[in-house]
Amino acid sequence: MSLVPKENIRNFSIIAHIDHGKSTLADRLLELTDSVAKRDMTAQLLDNMDLERERGITIKAHAVKLNYKAKDGREYELNLIDTPGHVDFNYEVSRSLAACDGAVLIIDASQGIEAQTLANTYLALDHDLELVPVINKIDLPAADPDRVAAEVEDIIGLDCSNAPRVSAKTGENVEQVLERIVKDIPAPTANENLPLRALIFDSIYDSYRGVIVYVRVMDGKIKAGDTMRMMATGAEFTVVEVGYMRATSLEPAAELTAGEVGYITASIKTVGDARVGDTVTTTANPAAEPLPGYRKVNSMVFCGVYPADGADYESLRDALEKLQLNDAALSYEPETSGALGFGFRCGFLGLLHLEIIQERLEREYNLDLVTTIPSVIYKIHLSDGSVVEIDNPTNYPDPAIITACEEPMTNAHIYAPSDYVGAVMDLCQDRRGVFKDMTYITNDRVDIHYELPLNEIIYDFFDTLKSRTRGYASFDYELAGYQPSKLMKLDVLLNGDVIDALSFIIHSDKAYARARKIAEKLKDNIPRQMFEIPIQVAVGGKVIARETVKAMRKDVLAKCYGGDITRKKKLLEKQKEGKKRMRQFGTVEVPQEAFMAVLKLDDDG
Amino acid sequence: MADKNTTLGLYIHIPFCRQKCPYCDFYSFAADENTKEKYKDAIIKNIIIWQNTHNLTFSTVYFGGGTPSQLGSRRLSEIVQVISKTSDCEVTVECNPFDLSECWNLSDMQYLTKSGVNRISMGLQSADEDERKALGRLAGRKEVEKAVDLVKQSGIRNFSLDLMLGIPHQTKDSIRESVAFCAESGAKHVSSYLLKIEQGTPFEKVEKLLDLPDEDESCEMYLTACEELEKNGFRQYEISNFAVPGCESRHNLTYWDCREYLGIGAAAHSFFGGKRFYFERDTESFITGATPVDDGEGGSFEEYAMLRLRLTEGLTNDGVFDRFSFKIPSEMAKKALIFAKNGLIQLTDNSISLTSKGFLLSNTIIAELLT
Repeated sequence: MSLVPKENIRNFSIIAHIDHGKSTLADRLLELTDSVAKRDMTAQLLDNMDLERERGITIKAHAVKLNYKAKDGREYELNLIDTPGHVDFNYEVSRSLAACDGAVLIIDASQGIEAQTLANTYLALDHDLELVPVINKIDLPAADPDRVAAEVEDIIGLDCSNAPRVSAKTGENVEQVLERIVKDIPAPTANENLPLRALIFDSIYDSYRGVIVYVRVMDGKIKAGDTMRMMATGAEFTVVEVGYMRATSLEPAAELTAGEVGYITASIKTVGDARVGDTVTTTANPAAEPLPGYRKVNSMVFCGVYPADGADYESLRDALEKLQLNDAALSYEPETSGALGFGFRCGFLGLLHLEIIQERLEREYNLDLVTTIPSVIYKIHLSDGSVVEIDNPTNYPDPAIITACEEPMTNAHIYAPSDYVGAVMDLCQDRRGVFKDMTYITNDRVDIHYELPLNEIIYDFFDTLKSRTRGYASFDYELAGYQPSKLMKLDVLLNGDVIDALSFIIHSDKAYARARKIAEKLKDNIPRQMFEIPIQVAVGGKVIARETVKAMRKDVLAKCYGGDITRKKKLLEKQKEGKKRMRQFGTVEVPQEAFMAVLKLDDDG
Repeated sequence: MADKNTTLGLYIHIPFCRQKCPYCDFYSFAADENTKEKYKDAIIKNIIIWQNTHNLTFSTVYFGGGTPSQLGSRRLSEIVQVISKTSDCEVTVECNPFDLSECWNLSDMQYLTKSGVNRISMGLQSADEDERKALGRLAGRKEVEKAVDLVKQSGIRNFSLDLMLGIPHQTKDSIRESVAFCAESGAKHVSSYLLKIEQGTPFEKVEKLLDLPDEDESCEMYLTACEELEKNGFRQYEISNFAVPGCESRHNLTYWDCREYLGIGAAAHSFFGGKRFYFERDTESFITGATPVDDGEGGSFEEYAMLRLRLTEGLTNDGVFDRFSFKIPSEMAKKALIFAKNGLIQLTDNSISLTSKGFLLSNTIIAELLT
């Protein structure tokens, strides 16, 4: 039972465009409410994965309970639910917001409104959240809080006259944010006497307790010993413990009641049993209807993930298994490649999700990986009238029996200074985009709306966009169904052998250019070997690009300083190490860098 | 290890040079007389300590550098005198031809021969004046001829000349000319090194401007040199070393045969008592009595194979068996067969050895055989 009355509870989230200071503001709020001992304070405390701190993004949602004594003299319980900050994780964001009654909207005082500012605002408004605008980074020389405040009023229609103008970095005016949260965000409306309905907004796996489920209790109450049921999956568990999330620990409680945010443990073995968005109820007094908005998250982007050293296959499987415990959006199944041996076909929410998983596998599990070119799910219509879904080029049907192809599309919004409209439109045109419309957000900022094929944005779209707009553009997209498309499969041949891991599906308009580029990249990245290696890129049986890696002739340590055998040995070790990083394809050895180079193939490169 | 082998080498590093050659990354610098004197004393002190504590007698001695002749003939002979040598000990001193032709006279050479020096190695690099200038060498062809005469006058017949391959302006013809110079001079041994642009050298900074031959051209130059040297009676016995039969450098063979040697002096490496160790590249600390740095165990099969494969003799079943009580692993022979088909390796029932073309790819091939 909470110590404060219901009307003193505030459940809120912080939403912002990437880099507008969400995690730093969260740090300050934790400090101001004495939630963390000074000695335990590390920057971006809630982003507790190294990767999150390094990349400056929040990958997992987090939640923390803060106690705050407001200027009105009353004790408040503030539940801060931190949300992931990237388009790949839109569904997670929407569930976190559904657990809140209000949101702090941070806007950078120099940059103003960006793509995710708006995307997140719309999401918050969809959930009827009370928004508290906060203008951050007033310490920056380029800060122009007046202009940004006017922008927010004009575009979002939020009154900014009382908006705190803060510097989360220096701590200036941050206490005003706490006051606004207390004043502007409503207390939860909650009825403890209804059957239990608790929204799962996140879950994490703990090796001792099993899955720890983070919930917002909407109706009713839950306590240890209750038998709970997940309404979407039907799974049932006996509650072991309930409690509150503190900044650095979990605090057990007797029960969680309507309006509160807290955790449940129930010896749940996988996060798949506690899906984000699902509703928890009790078997003793079940709710009639689940809370709205649940959907099963589906992988959008797929690629093959292989251990660089075949002996690591088991370790890779174990690592994927462990990551999946914590990440229901990650899917994987075993696959075999003629070129790469045994590995897994993995599914991700998007390219960022893919990169994060790859980096975590390499770093946290110390695995050396080779990944294949990412693919989306294509729908291929066959002459017998059937439709197959293909996410792996290896399974691409014989072109002779294909009658039509479809590819997934997105609705993409790009926000950029008007100076860059040309550059952005060039890029979108290049990526087979269909222009929809363009609106001026302010005199010098525009929202450019394009319909873009998903497979054009999963490679390097965001990086290219950033570089062409000198970092000023921001980007957001949502899926927009399938459209007919002219697709073909490209095969890469080394020394006459098809390298299955390098095959990919591409739109026919782009096949020739890409084939040439791939051949060049491979030529540049495959070191000369003992014999000449022809590189060919082919569609069906037809070669559309070719290059040759000349035979190596010289690799010798002619002179070695008197007796310094160690230097020779080091060279030998390096050479052997280099060999390990090579993939043997028939007689050809391909370094992983060559795969990476093909993978990272960009338009400017 | 040391008692099992009948030979023990002694390497002495003299880190002094008149000036630094722009392609060289060995440890050397210009020093004053006082430093040279103190350095010589430190060398002698070290030799005496090692000899006394381990009761050593050396079968080969090699002064390398830097430029040992920069130490001066008197100091060199002082060092040689304190060394406990076998009766047939090979004692080599690397000399700069410019030092010999311009600064030394016959009595300097006699200091050396009297103390026991019986082999001289000099850097010719090229008989072509333009090529020598591009390498920043002081001596011209005339000075080298004068230096060779001085060596011969002193009674030393066993001398070696260094050539460099793959250097700016070089052609196949100029290589033939350089090899002919070596033969005519009466050299018994030629070391012929492909230029490698080392990190941190002046050549590295200006590599693009150097007009260096490309990979294919320098390979041709190497093969031309091998061929020309054979024609002139110098038989190849190591990747970069050629000799009139019987005049191979016994000291350097110690390295390639993975036998033990002691290295004294700043930056000198040792393989002694089964251990590898070395002195830091720091003359000052060597003079003040620094102790060597541990560099791990030596003498494994991998190390032995790596070194032996630099020799034309290569790996032999008997040689491997003598050292390790097993024969050439069959896995290795299997891999060698692939290279043999491409003319990179010569394979017999009893041995694996690299051909000249194979030597050009020796790093790759050896790594392949040992992986």
